[in-house]
Amino acid sequence: MARIELDLAHSYLPDPKQDSDYALLPLQMSFTDGGAYALLGPSGCGKTTLLNIISGLVRPSRGAVLFNGVDVTARSPQERNIAQVFQFPVVYDTMTVADNLAFPLRNRGVPPERIKARVGRIAEMLELSGQLNQRAAGLAADAKQKISLGRGLVREDVSAVLFDEPLTVIDPHLKWQLRRKLKQIHHELKLTLIYVTHDQIEALTFAEQVVVMTRGRAVQIGTAAELFERPRHMFVGHFIGSPGMNFLPARWRDGMLEVTGHTLRLAPALSEALRAAGEFTLGVRPEYVTLADERAEGALVAEVTQVQDVGTYWLLTARAGETLLRARLNPASIAPQVGEQVWLGVLGPHTCFYDRDQQLIAAGPEPQALRVSA
Amino acid sequence: MRLTLEGVAKRVGAATHLYPLDFALQPHAVTVLLGATQAGKTTLMRLMAGLDAPSQGRVRVDGEDVTGRSVRERNVAMVYQQFINYPSMRVFDNIASPLKLRGDLDRAALDRRVRELAGKLHIEPFLDRLPAELSGGQQQRVALARALAKQAPLMLLDEPLVNLDYKLREELREELSALFASGDSTVVYATTEPTEALLLGGYTAVLDAGEVLQYGPTAEVFHRPHSIRVARAFSDPPINLLKGRVAESGIQLAGEVRLAVRASADAPALEGDTPEAGVTVGVRASALRVRPRSGDVALTGRVELAEISGSDTFVHVAAAVGPLVAQLTGVHYFELGAAITLYLDPSQIYVFDARGDLLVAPQRPGAR
Repeated sequence: MARIELDLAHSYLPDPKQDSDYALLPLQMSFTDGGAYALLGPSGCGKTTLLNIISGLVRPSRGAVLFNGVDVTARSPQERNIAQVFQFPVVYDTMTVADNLAFPLRNRGVPPERIKARVGRIAEMLELSGQLNQRAAGLAADAKQKISLGRGLVREDVSAVLFDEPLTVIDPHLKWQLRRKLKQIHHELKLTLIYVTHDQIEALTFAEQVVVMTRGRAVQIGTAAELFERPRHMFVGHFIGSPGMNFLPARWRDGMLEVTGHTLRLAPALSEALRAAGEFTLGVRPEYVTLADERAEGALVAEVTQVQDVGTYWLLTARAGETLLRARLNPASIAPQVGEQVWLGVLGPHTCFYDRDQQLIAAGPEPQALRVSA
Repeated sequence: MRLTLEGVAKRVGAATHLYPLDFALQPHAVTVLLGATQAGKTTLMRLMAGLDAPSQGRVRVDGEDVTGRSVRERNVAMVYQQFINYPSMRVFDNIASPLKLRGDLDRAALDRRVRELAGKLHIEPFLDRLPAELSGGQQQRVALARALAKQAPLMLLDEPLVNLDYKLREELREELSALFASGDSTVVYATTEPTEALLLGGYTAVLDAGEVLQYGPTAEVFHRPHSIRVARAFSDPPINLLKGRVAESGIQLAGEVRLAVRASADAPALEGDTPEAGVTVGVRASALRVRPRSGDVALTGRVELAEISGSDTFVHVAAAVGPLVAQLTGVHYFELGAAITLYLDPSQIYVFDARGDLLVAPQRPGAR
């Protein structure tokens, strides 16, 4: 296992000049030994390029990759001792499940009794013990993907295990099981895991640290809670959460906040922080927009355009000035009707403010999360 | 258009892909086919389109028997998972192709129609490009625009967004919903994702292992699943299922937990049932809370795993009543192995009988 450090940039062009010529803009990043990481972003954001640079499939056009302080930039994936799991199952159909799992170990001359013990352990973790002697050919897609995962995890001496969208082909119900398995395995084996996905739920639930990427740039690295409650960049607010963060153009005037024709009172500290910015964007997640009383403090008026029963909550869409606002409402509440005027609370501990460069400049007081300990 | 399937089944060799079913599609509305991979969604769609003939039964369009008629003789538009376009044609010509085939539009009208569709799907800037020069999301938009251009009375979409990014899916799903609502077509949309069905609204047919288990307005199917199989297929995270037995004025679960189930018009069956009868209690992950309200039942256990997705925290609990997953809104921290008490309002449970049929569904205070 290894601590991985990156200080690099990459362009597929010979002579990159502007930002858009780079697949990866200059970045510095380190992955702790034994940590679980996710690289999250839309297609074309550079996450697969980054993964391929870590594995050694792509050599960065600038900078270096260090494993435990040693420069491995010029080394191949084999020399770096990387295990990889891909989007589609890679299994030998004619071999049994046990032989499939043992393959990476046999290749490296691990003694048979060690192979047996390790294969047994991995199979147990993945609930494949009952199928060890079955041929892989007859198995369902999810069982095959479990074998692929198992083969990625079977070696104890790897520097890191890299996953490239491993659950894409899996049905929602099985995703729950496999995600849970992966997490338990990470707790037990303490391997360094790096997981590439465009699916926020997979990334946030799997990883201890998530790297959010867009257009070749890593815009924020943080825990699920940090990315959700304090997005440092508007892209993170938009990309994380479903639907993403609501954004409203706003400005500071004489200690007050002007937004969609309303003038709202600001806490003194917040007012001070926003004063210099003048014009900015108010961001509030649909989860934190509340139904408020008429003319309530921190609320603005909006016209309901859509109410959806999403099963576990109401999803309300309402027009405030030029902007469509989304609110996630308690399923036990009586949802407003389309066409109705409602007052929506948009100022609270979770409200964030962004400058012209989409960077976070201020936010409400730190939210208090509920903590349950042993 | 009114599409009905009468006693339709599909067998391939010895394998049954679809058991005999009767199915009348809600006209001029969206019907979601919801089910896992291999549930029979694609098979059913291909029969509706006329791409395959059923092994038995009749397919009728507006009462007329079209069973043996091929897709070419029917007016159907289809969109698949893979982005299928004419690779050598510009985006404009791709979208225009069904209109040209129809031949009833002059050039100006055709041009207008293509640009209007391209505008709605945000691909107007790419009309002169080739599909290969576009991103995946843009290519699928072209395929969707072409299907919409056809203005077919029946439009079939087989997991059209599955190969796209999560965020792109969200965006395109909204645009599609609006386009379906503004059009007149009967739309069938296959998906494996319960949330997608709920967001599309309309009507939902739940499929499992080659059977259509239930068909009705989407919210109604979700809130009143006729059976455990439907509840399981139409839940994400999976619905918690607990074994219990009918006891005096309620249900006895493992770990000495008793749920009072109020007699109501909804639950006459439970009252009259033989005592000691085995039942299954269904609890949606979102019905479990960590803060009690009056009348709640307390369920104790230990935290096995907590998954924070931001908007929700999913807590996996080894509880005395059995394994539970709770979906809590917002960010919550738990230590693994910590003792936890989850609270449940007994009016929010489902009860299924020994055959797996629904006896009691939750009361919905927020429903209109």
